[in-house]
Amino acid sequence: MLPWTSAAAVLLLAAGTWLALLGSPRDYQQGETVRIMYVHVPAAWMAMLTYANLAIASAVALVWRHPLAEVAARAMAPLGAAFTALCLVTGSLWGKPMWGTWWVWDARLTSVLLLFLLYLGYIALANAFEDEARGTRAASILALVGAINLPVIKFSVDWWNTLHQPASVSRLDAPALHPSMLLPLLVMALAFMAWFATVLLWRIEAALAERRLAARRMLAEAGTATPAMRR
Amino acid sequence: MSAARAVLLRDLRLAWRSPLASLTVLAFFAMAAILFPFAVGPEPQLLARIATGVVWTMALLASLLSFERLFQLDHEDGSIDLLLLSPASLEAIVLAKCLAHWLTTGLPLILAAPLAATILNLPPEALPALLLALALGTPSLSLVGAVGAALVLGARRGGVLLPLLVMPLYVPVLVFGVAAVEADMAGLDARPHLLLLGAFLSGAVPVAAIGASAALRQAGE
Amino acid sequence: MTAAVEWLAATALGCARGGRLVFRGLDFELGAGEALALRGPNGSGKSSLLRLLAGLLPPAEGAVRWNGEDVAAAREAHRARIGWLGMQDALKPALGLAENLRFAASLRGAGPDAARRGLDAMGLGALAGVPARQLSQGQRRRAAIARVIAEDARLWLLDEPTLALDDDAAGRLGEALAAHLARGGLAVVATHVDLPVRLAGTIDFAGRP
Repeated sequence: MLPWTSAAAVLLLAAGTWLALLGSPRDYQQGETVRIMYVHVPAAWMAMLTYANLAIASAVALVWRHPLAEVAARAMAPLGAAFTALCLVTGSLWGKPMWGTWWVWDARLTSVLLLFLLYLGYIALANAFEDEARGTRAASILALVGAINLPVIKFSVDWWNTLHQPASVSRLDAPALHPSMLLPLLVMALAFMAWFATVLLWRIEAALAERRLAARRMLAEAGTATPAMRR
Repeated sequence: MSAARAVLLRDLRLAWRSPLASLTVLAFFAMAAILFPFAVGPEPQLLARIATGVVWTMALLASLLSFERLFQLDHEDGSIDLLLLSPASLEAIVLAKCLAHWLTTGLPLILAAPLAATILNLPPEALPALLLALALGTPSLSLVGAVGAALVLGARRGGVLLPLLVMPLYVPVLVFGVAAVEADMAGLDARPHLLLLGAFLSGAVPVAAIGASAALRQAGE
Repeated sequence: MTAAVEWLAATALGCARGGRLVFRGLDFELGAGEALALRGPNGSGKSSLLRLLAGLLPPAEGAVRWNGEDVAAAREAHRARIGWLGMQDALKPALGLAENLRFAASLRGAGPDAARRGLDAMGLGALAGVPARQLSQGQRRRAAIARVIAEDARLWLLDEPTLALDDDAAGRLGEALAAHLARGGLAVVATHVDLPVRLAGTIDFAGRP
């Protein structure tokens, strides 16, 4: 799988970048800076998609204690966090030329910020225990609770944004999504997915190898520990 | 007497004999409300504008202080094994503990809220809406916080970790809680926001019961 | 009340804690009226086995069986039959002894007079109203044993019950244990010292080499 996804990632990233920088038009209002959207929006999509995957992996890890699910969940959390960080940074860079401030409480950015905190919470909790398995299980519960709450959080942020939004502030988005802008967006989204798959498989392979090593060590050490009942 | 009721009464009795936790929460809430005018200036218009938000945020932060005790003490003296080994439903026991927590933390905050609201110059007409919103919102804080408290049992620096875990989950309560009062102040209907708070609460009950129970079982391993 | 012939068994039981395999391949059978002692150094797996038998810890391998049935399939019923004494006393410092015991009894649906019975059996009747934090370690341990007596469960799982006990208390523990076994109860006891009851068997946990 790995060679395919890495090849796909490289190709799609190259194509996406070309399309984003050269193959698509500048925006009427925002000029060249709109091109940041081609990283910002797919990053947001990936952030949320990864969290959904994290929730599914966590559910499997909790119910069946399947080692692959446990490993996959731990492996994808930092990737999800990276996507959210990317989204936040590009959002900030995008907003600066438009409104002169480094941060704006736009609905998407705010939701992504909270998602970032959810990821950080997961990673912190998963690593807060001596016993790694316990950490993964605790973090899995957190991921599921977070996943259930996430639509509610998003809804409340959107609501909050419309309640407080002054008329002058516009959304951090391209005004209208022209078809010529859609293609680079989709290509970049696919590129991000391929990149995610590649790095995730990498990390899972490494983690599984570590586990096999630890299991072998564990069995070797426990060779003599077979107690028996004597009457 | 059912197990859940026994747990509720025990926790209430313990809180009564050692009220330090509840008093700390109240003290924090009061101090924070007092600090705000020093931070933003005593100008009445400004204070009135931010009063709702400040009261809600301070209630939220104050309640965060109280979660460490919820399960930690039982975990430390081994009582948690008794809860885990009870044939009664652990979910019911968890809800009983959450109720006790709300009665000893949320309810005092609601009673102290008028005082804080007054010194922050909240218009008195908005007070009923504030109290109603707090009454619907603070139980959710107890429930969600309980999940966090159960998750960090045995974790390194669990007390510091807890706020990070529950803060994003608190946002809907904060948003709708403040919106309810501000709608009322603007002469609009606060009911949609209150209904949303109620909906969140009814969703939080099963999720917190199941989530915290699962976390407690993990802690018992 | 006829006591059905009940038995506890472990089949190929393995235990992992903190990523470390503490033991594996453990088999034993214990019948009604029998007591099993667990001996071995600290950290060798005695407490872990007790937690496995209680269902607090899932087995890494094998199963715990009650009357032949895997206890994981009927968790609630299994919890109802266990009288648990962990390394800690599970007493709330601010509550009196009687309050503590009545609470524990309520958790298991035992009657209101169960607490009094337990306290009397361990000679703590006079201290019923004293807050647990005012008692010595030995008295608290006695109270914890009184709690187990009050709960009146079929299977006693005791972790170092004799810790900090004086001779009188140890004698009372022995009597309570003997009475429990005579009623057809079972007991698994992790202990450093010899117990004042006839044992059906012992499991020695070897320390790590």
